[in-house]
Amino acid sequence: MNSMDSVEVAAIRTAAQLRAARLPLEELNPADPQGFVDDTVGYVFERLRREDPVHRSHSPIPGIDTYWSVTRYRDIMQVDTSHGIYSSEGGITLMDFPPGDEQKLPMFIAMDPPKHDEQRKAVGPIVATANLNNWQDLIRERTGKVLDSLPRDETFNWVEKVSIELTTYMLATLFDFPLEDRRLLTHWSDMATSNKLTNPDAPDPEVRMAELHKMLQYFTRLWNERINAPPRSDLVSMLAHGPATRNMGPAEYMGNLVLLIVGGNDTTRNSMTGGLLALHENPEEMAKLRANPALVESLVPEIIRWQTPLAYMRRSALVDTELGGKQIRKGDKLAMWYLSGNRDESAIPEPNRFIVDRERPRQHLSFGFGIHRCVGNRLAELQLKILWEEILRRFEVIEVVGKPTRIRSAFVRGFSHLPVRIPG
Amino acid sequence: MVEVTFISFSGKASTVDVPVGTTLMRAATDNRVPGIDGDCGGNCACATCHVYIDPKWTARVGARNETEEGMLNAVDELRSNSRLACQITLTEALDGLVVSTPEAQH
Repeated sequence: MNSMDSVEVAAIRTAAQLRAARLPLEELNPADPQGFVDDTVGYVFERLRREDPVHRSHSPIPGIDTYWSVTRYRDIMQVDTSHGIYSSEGGITLMDFPPGDEQKLPMFIAMDPPKHDEQRKAVGPIVATANLNNWQDLIRERTGKVLDSLPRDETFNWVEKVSIELTTYMLATLFDFPLEDRRLLTHWSDMATSNKLTNPDAPDPEVRMAELHKMLQYFTRLWNERINAPPRSDLVSMLAHGPATRNMGPAEYMGNLVLLIVGGNDTTRNSMTGGLLALHENPEEMAKLRANPALVESLVPEIIRWQTPLAYMRRSALVDTELGGKQIRKGDKLAMWYLSGNRDESAIPEPNRFIVDRERPRQHLSFGFGIHRCVGNRLAELQLKILWEEILRRFEVIEVVGKPTRIRSAFVRGFSHLPVRIPG
Repeated sequence: MVEVTFISFSGKASTVDVPVGTTLMRAATDNRVPGIDGDCGGNCACATCHVYIDPKWTARVGARNETEEGMLNAVDELRSNSRLACQITLTEALDGLVVSTPEAQH
């Protein structure tokens, strides 16, 4: 990073820190996407955890309005594990849509039991141990190919050439999706998470829905092929043949596709970038890892904690209840800020340090807890483990040569650009 | 003290001694027994401490609770003797208990 960049970054951080400290509590709004673009939302969370851990937050964005910010690890755990009190049916992001708006897609992550359990069971076997074992060699081979094809002695975008490429390949494999069209998956994933109300550069809602309908059309063709063939172990075939999913209507098929595409794409993609950045910013940790590559085992969960690629999940209260001393009313919506809980010093020692040999690295919130816990967590860990093993075998250094560009979203915490250079 | 034996997927046995009142999950994590991650710290919220109770012990260990049932719903290789180790408190009656861990946790 050049010195002008670092001066600018430092100034933005100082201003954000002052602002988070001085604003009246009721004006703090962690869902402001600017805090994610600048990566300064941590200052807001620090104050909320200390002064008002279950906070009544207001957003000026219509459709978000008023919500509870749950910022401490233990309170988040309580909400996440109480699905009888805190429902997922209202959706998993803070944005509300008018009744009947087709933008609110039905998908199993946004359902309660028993329907949630039935639909989740239909796709769960895709990431069962036997499948993971089968894929290991394939993932390693592809990862090696991608890394070997990277340019030398020139600056390139790590997000584009590594993170997107590897996760999109994996996703195409899970769906048995034509490999030559795989970048469509990236495109649809980006479309699905785009939101004009929080990001002026995003496509209009009509454009977004039109693209998602193209996705549905493409996948309907795959569905029709596979429903007329014996069951196979790809996601489309599993959905088409599964008793709980084979009668899904088009909206539900679209919703579950969005869930699986975003869940399998945006998350690991950003951990692949975030991990490289974290190791660059903590050279002593990189040195530890180089000296002992077996630390990849604890590096991977630490990267996932550090990045927290989904910053929150939303729940809606089904009844009047109490949380952290606050009265929650039936119908209130809550954001469980995983990103904040992952920096809570009452649950995680030295949470603001990135430590590759952390004592209990797996006790983080990034996958969520309870019945909605990330179904693909083991696959995500496997992809990251193989990526880092193969990086360590090949490159002595990967230089980060400029500042990252972060995505304008309070939900998907990620990057669109990270300039790097590999000498040699 | 209570003695419990964990048998890993590859067949390796680890026997540990823990105080009465310890959960079966803590018995493993406190003694670094492989195959039990306990990501949620014992909140019945991650299903990474899934164990199979040795058939000789199932009656004494007892049945799953409702939350546990909900979490076990999502694991692969669910069996009738599946339990979550964090939901089992070790008493003197369980001295000598034998459990094994599934392939997913090796």
